[in-house]
Amino acid sequence: MSAATRGSTENPPRMSLLEIQRTMATAVMMPLTPSEDMQPVTPDGRDMHAVAETFIAPNQQLTAFERLELYNRQYWYRLLDALADDFPALRAALGPQRFEALSVAYLGAYPSRSFSLRNLGSSLIPWMAEHPEHSGRRHRLALDVARIEWAFVEAFDNAQHKPLTTDQIRTLSGDSRLSLQPHVRLLALDHAAVDLVLALHRRQRRDSSEAGVRHEDSSDAAEEKLPRVSHRPSWVVAHRVDNSVYYRSLMREEFLTLAAIESGYSLGEALEAGFVGTRKSPSRWPKMVEQWFADWAEFGWIYENS
Amino acid sequence: MAGNRFNAFSNHGVGIGLRIPHYEHIFSRKPVVDWFEIISENFMCDAGRPLAVLDDILEQYRVVQHGVSMYFGSVTSPDSEHLKRLKTLVRRTKTPWLSDHLCWGSVDGTYTHDLLPLPYTWEAVDRTVERVRMVQDYLEIPVAVENVSSYAEFKASEMTEWEFLAEVVERADCGILLDVNNIYVSSVNHEFNPMDYVNAVPAHRVAQVHIAGHSRYERYILDTHDHPVIDPVWGLYARAIERCGPTPTLLEWDAHIPTFDEVHAEAKKAEKYLNAAPVVSTQAELAEAAR
Repeated sequence: MSAATRGSTENPPRMSLLEIQRTMATAVMMPLTPSEDMQPVTPDGRDMHAVAETFIAPNQQLTAFERLELYNRQYWYRLLDALADDFPALRAALGPQRFEALSVAYLGAYPSRSFSLRNLGSSLIPWMAEHPEHSGRRHRLALDVARIEWAFVEAFDNAQHKPLTTDQIRTLSGDSRLSLQPHVRLLALDHAAVDLVLALHRRQRRDSSEAGVRHEDSSDAAEEKLPRVSHRPSWVVAHRVDNSVYYRSLMREEFLTLAAIESGYSLGEALEAGFVGTRKSPSRWPKMVEQWFADWAEFGWIYENS
Repeated sequence: MAGNRFNAFSNHGVGIGLRIPHYEHIFSRKPVVDWFEIISENFMCDAGRPLAVLDDILEQYRVVQHGVSMYFGSVTSPDSEHLKRLKTLVRRTKTPWLSDHLCWGSVDGTYTHDLLPLPYTWEAVDRTVERVRMVQDYLEIPVAVENVSSYAEFKASEMTEWEFLAEVVERADCGILLDVNNIYVSSVNHEFNPMDYVNAVPAHRVAQVHIAGHSRYERYILDTHDHPVIDPVWGLYARAIERCGPTPTLLEWDAHIPTFDEVHAEAKKAEKYLNAAPVVSTQAELAEAAR
């Protein structure tokens, strides 16, 4: 008789498949204790050992609780590792312990709703903005670092449509409706933080494992000593060229124009929005716009939305 | 080498999983490899390097897709975006068959990203059959379900895992991706004879076989895909090939990945068993071999 059949002789209360899956999912997604064990009590105050015993069969080696605990650990190891892979600079900036605490809190608020782990961090930035208590004294800088890293994730594999060429751009009118390539991600930052992110990426010792193996840390449990980063607005675009992700700093006027195009304004309206509040002399505007068009064509940033 | 309708009568031989640490070796040395298995989810993006790499691989090698998040046993419906992207990828790779796991992993739209075991109940059979059929019909290619490693059993179970597998594949009319390492891992964790499992598998439905290594702890085994294949697993593989005939075989190595040559050499050990196996092509011959 198999172990599975043996379990059925104990006449447990009948649970439907949906009840089993909901109960098990709730258990495996509960945060681990600081010693990486399963919590002894459920969020609604029940004894976790008793809950496990209602649907998991023990064997000679492991109790029902211990068997469920293996899945609880695997869940957190896999998801924390996936977030650390997508936000290595944020992890370095916050320190592994604070980053893990932030990740656990975030995943508690936003458990994965996608079949792909690629999308795991998609709500991190708005969540961080609402929860500054998780990112320490340099919250605004941490938020910028996270924005840059998520933009890199999106620039890496977002779609690319057939871009407009220089000749096509020359024929555009003020009424033309354009779109920004999905891989072009615009960032308005509080700090000039891109170089910091790239430096932290170089410093990180990252595992390329696909098996949920955790990052190896030495004793760097605290925040890294970050180089000075100037607190001044900066405008950046993350984009993809020949399958590699790059970033490019923009002038405020170009950024605002691209942002208006992305929001669905006509080209004429977007250019108008771009120069609102500018200190640049109107005599320079045509030359600036001409250069932008040349750059957009070279990088393939815009396409005509049919 | 014989094939069957569950692997589109493919004679694929011995393959390995396509993994990032090996890209440089593959593109610079162009090694002779029977086929590569790709993890579908790694290539279900819109554009960029993953698809460019895939297209380069497809120009030179045969590719079969293997998924990790279809969760045939989940009660709640599959994500339509997932299915759409999967079909787009199937058209790109022209994979002759596609596999994913006989497990669950999502409920009410929340994903655990784990291959969670199913209770072996008639209700789970019904749900799983329905979902496998739906996916197979949508993708319009043969689908094979893979037995998973597990660390827990359910009190609700009404049959053995191999009885559950047989029931699902017969009623869904789908193939099996038989993972002999997973059978071994579960046999230790759940105290059954792994050979009983291998001997009970409907041999004529086996589309593909997985081999892999695992990690042994004091009180259980974890399916970590980070070691060579151990002798008892080769023993199960030998028996599976004896019963099924030569079957496309793939070595999984996902963590602490050694060099390409080491992984490939480990995989090619399977050829000894494949070359020794009688080619069986009819149901009668298969039934004879399976006895």
